[in-house]
Amino acid sequence: MLEIKNLHVEVDGKEILHGIDLSLAAGEVHAVMGPNGSGKSTLAYVLAGRDGYAVTKGEILFQGKDLAAMSPEERAREGVFLGFQYPVEIPGVSGLSFLKAAVNEVRKHRGIKELDAMEFLKFVRAKLKMLEMGDDLLKRPINVGFSGGEKKRVEVLQMAVLEPRLAIMDETDSGLDIDALKIVSSGINALRGLDRSMLVITHYQRLLGYVVPDKVHILSGGRIVRSGGKELALELEEKGYAVLGADAA
Amino acid sequence: MSATTHALHLDRFEAAKAGLPGDARARADALARYAKLGVPTPKLEAWHFTSLKPLDEAALAPSDAKVAVTAATVAGHALSTSHAHHQLVFVDGHFRADLSRIGTLPKGVVLTGWSAAKSLPKDFLAEAADAGAMRVLNAAYAADGAILEVPAGVALAAPVHLMFLGASGAAHARNRITMGEGASATVLETYVGTGRYWTNAVTDISIAAGAMLKHLKLQTEGGEAFHTAATAAHVAAKGVYDSFVLSIGGKLARNEIDAVLKGEGGRVKLEGAYLARARQHIDNTTIIDHAAAHCDSEERYRGVLDDHAYAAFQGRIVVRPDAQKTNAHQLNENLLLSDRAEIGSKPELEIHADDVKCGHGATAGEIDEQALFYLRARGIGLEQARGMLIEAFVSELIDAIADEAIRDRFTASVGGWLYDAQGARRAA
Repeated sequence: MLEIKNLHVEVDGKEILHGIDLSLAAGEVHAVMGPNGSGKSTLAYVLAGRDGYAVTKGEILFQGKDLAAMSPEERAREGVFLGFQYPVEIPGVSGLSFLKAAVNEVRKHRGIKELDAMEFLKFVRAKLKMLEMGDDLLKRPINVGFSGGEKKRVEVLQMAVLEPRLAIMDETDSGLDIDALKIVSSGINALRGLDRSMLVITHYQRLLGYVVPDKVHILSGGRIVRSGGKELALELEEKGYAVLGADAA
Repeated sequence: MSATTHALHLDRFEAAKAGLPGDARARADALARYAKLGVPTPKLEAWHFTSLKPLDEAALAPSDAKVAVTAATVAGHALSTSHAHHQLVFVDGHFRADLSRIGTLPKGVVLTGWSAAKSLPKDFLAEAADAGAMRVLNAAYAADGAILEVPAGVALAAPVHLMFLGASGAAHARNRITMGEGASATVLETYVGTGRYWTNAVTDISIAAGAMLKHLKLQTEGGEAFHTAATAAHVAAKGVYDSFVLSIGGKLARNEIDAVLKGEGGRVKLEGAYLARARQHIDNTTIIDHAAAHCDSEERYRGVLDDHAYAAFQGRIVVRPDAQKTNAHQLNENLLLSDRAEIGSKPELEIHADDVKCGHGATAGEIDEQALFYLRARGIGLEQARGMLIEAFVSELIDAIADEAIRDRFTASVGGWLYDAQGARRAA
């Protein structure tokens, strides 16, 4: 599904990622853990195609295609989803009309008939039901005045609606209390599937108690310093990043 | 004779005055005052950001209003007929009863073009001693305009649509809106046209105690047109003047609003948006005069500027010595889509009372890159994402317009502007 080979990334002329190798198979969930400044968010942004994150060496293949050559919107239409650490507030754009536009862009790209207003509403309601959410948040402007938990729930809802093949969850757990964390985690778990891979980026082990990964990678100083099974996250929790050869958080 | 708009207006007056209704002497005085004042220049404080030189050089003579306009043209600019409304049409400033649909009015309401009115108010052409050149020129030449009188206690439910079509020369329409005690109404002025012409409109409004006027204006003049308009609103105790001006058209457009709060408990809300591109110049100049205590004013203008467009916003707020407990807030926000676009924003707070709450702010920024990335990361293309963010910036104000037919019309005009912008960018 996703092949990252010797990936070097620069931001403002400064190299942040110094050769990342990561292979994510269809249906797998990998966690990327690391202290602050290790390059976690850079990895998320470069996969989603944010301006200013330049690939200087190596490649990113998504379903065999060169992801780095695509615009952010092309990546999204191909099935890449980034769950934002800080979802952006956009006054004046209703969540519902935004999501309808997004869904139809994805459908157009995949050669599926676009949904009209009624069909879309029906489609969204089914997703809301699956995630046990009301539609009140969607009627408001995107993320405006939402609590941290609400923002993250809407990110998960967007993932459910856009049905991506690769979901990158960038510190989805940050700023959530334990109840919100449980709700968001169960949403993510509900969306796990055989043809959907996930890259869960997090600082803490806490999220991984709910969203159990197939594999854990430790990122430090722009390199993956260790990879292992889900027990690696527990080991990290116990001993801290320093013991694992990573810089202290 | 040098062919300037100024000279043509001075030279044609002798020949024109016989055909102009009302007090001939007042007109002659007005023209003499205009001759003295001349075309305003940026040397005047009130015209600091705007030069009328292109208008003067365009050599536009007073319109003779012989232009043919079809019912189909009018229908194309009309509000949706699925919403009841009263429509008055003016061509180059002259009332056209044949193209208007005034419909049934509540008892006592007067709504007409004044060329069709039984009588004209005595002070119709009167101008204050400090009136500007454009107002007094209008007084000299105004031959027609709309009259709306809503008597005390009457609520005019359906909106009044005053449609001004410009086609040739200079049109000096002069409108008068009088709201009796406790009366209410919604009035929409729209300005459209083709070719090179000049609209120089005056709208005088009087709002009696407890009355309310919602006054909306959609300025989508043709690309070669000039537009200068002056609105004066006097608001008595507990009266409400609620204005929204959307400026999109014209080569050079200036909208002045002068609102005076004359009685306690009055409220003035001035909102507006302007969208400009190419080498358009759009000027919004407002004065809110708190002449009585316990009044609120709220002002919010937003602009979107592309290419080499230039916009000016001058917002003056005066709080007189007796106007204690005044609340006055002003905000001017601008979105610059090009690094060659420019905004001149000047708040002027003149506060002579001590127990007041006044604030102002002005901003100019680019499209939020984070918001743009957020939308694109969901599959929405760059152009569409930009369009959504620009539209959102403006629609935050427009969505609050209560009248559905008018709100839809404003939204459609903003959508049309964005669509043109995207077409232009694709072609570039």
